[in-house]
Amino acid sequence: MRDWRTIASPIDDETVESLISGDRILLTGVIYAARDRAHKRLCEMAGRNEKLPFDPAGQIIYYMGPSPAPAGKIIGSAGPTTTYRMDPFTETMLKLGVRGMIGKGTRGRDIRELMAWYRAVYFATFGGAGAYLAARIKESEIVAFPDLGPEAVLRLRVEDFPVIVINDIHGGDLYEDVVRR
Amino acid sequence: MKTRIIKPAEITDAVADLIGKASFKLPNDVEELIDRMLEREDSDMGRMGLRVLKENSAIAEADGLPLCQDCGMVVVFAEIGRGVLIDGDLEDAVNAGVEEAYRKFSLRMSVVADPLKRVNTGTNAPAVVHAELTGGDGLALTVYLKGGGSENMSALRMFRPTDGADAIIDFIEEIVVKAGPNPCPPLFLGVGIGGTADSAMINAKKAVLRGAGTRNPDPAYAELEERIEERLNATNIGPMGFGGRSTVARVYIREAPTHIAMLPVALNLNCHSLRYRRAEL
Repeated sequence: MRDWRTIASPIDDETVESLISGDRILLTGVIYAARDRAHKRLCEMAGRNEKLPFDPAGQIIYYMGPSPAPAGKIIGSAGPTTTYRMDPFTETMLKLGVRGMIGKGTRGRDIRELMAWYRAVYFATFGGAGAYLAARIKESEIVAFPDLGPEAVLRLRVEDFPVIVINDIHGGDLYEDVVRR
Repeated sequence: MKTRIIKPAEITDAVADLIGKASFKLPNDVEELIDRMLEREDSDMGRMGLRVLKENSAIAEADGLPLCQDCGMVVVFAEIGRGVLIDGDLEDAVNAGVEEAYRKFSLRMSVVADPLKRVNTGTNAPAVVHAELTGGDGLALTVYLKGGGSENMSALRMFRPTDGADAIIDFIEEIVVKAGPNPCPPLFLGVGIGGTADSAMINAKKAVLRGAGTRNPDPAYAELEERIEERLNATNIGPMGFGGRSTVARVYIREAPTHIAMLPVALNLNCHSLRYRRAEL
């Protein structure tokens, strides 16, 4: 098992190049949370050439919809949702410049090829550990689609947010590598 | 037999209370199984995943945050004694409890009113309610919180009646490997065998609620549970799919009489966060 490595978010091309499936990463900086309905809306807006409510270029998107923040808390539980549901929107998001995605679970082969082409990386974090992950989120602000409730787009500032590289741009896939068939 | 009257408000209060308990703390026997997996896990990544789960439980309890941001769709099993008269509508009483709990405990509202129009109800109601009649004058309520990620990996296959246990094990391995990391392993896997397509799936749900540390009382099915666990834990999917032997925490079979032409097998993949509570009124 590799040592944890700290990197800043957003990530640059050199960092993307250096990430290898199985790497354990602590992210510090800004990431954006968006899940199913927000992706659908963003991609529809992009299709109509409308100005997006935030610029995803260069950013990391976290597939997540939190539980409501209890009084005095920054955010509620905030673990990843299942990634494959965002696959139909991923090519558009990559064209808009997204450099990283965080979720849990497998991606289609076509998506992995697109990630290599657009030089973007896919991370997983700990599914079902929403309380644990909430403690690594230091700021949360709605930046788009408040009408979607738990599916609104959030701008998050995270510190030492733990993620594992699943798909790197060199063709590596941690999930495939571990399974014995 | 004297009729016992139960007021809807008692049901509402019980449901709200059970949801609160289930959302913030795993049942003790579930935590014990996680501890046991940690003792046996030899993969570093697997051990890391299991430790995060333990830490998550501790933070959830200490900080008053739900175990998972997916606070589930509520499934309620109501066992209603024949001597009980519910003085009102059972489903309304349950849904009032759901509404109260999700608001009071800051749980995520994840239910939409219509599967295609997809407008959030804003209350996490309605629940899915399964009611059955039993003996006595009690009312038992089991509240089960099911997350979307693991429910999406559910499966049903109608086998030939001449197919045996080996074909069933192959099917289960195929589904669990295909699901991989998606349903948040280590899994609590409910298997409904027999009945009809619909009852097999309900049995797969009930199976995981029978007590985390238990075995099927029929030794043949208990052995089958162990064989399935052995096969699944050899896949090396591991906690969160990062590798390891802890792919399944436990397998729970619930069998039922079936038709001479049929052998339905339904799978309920529950994530590592097996959230349920039971109360008797």
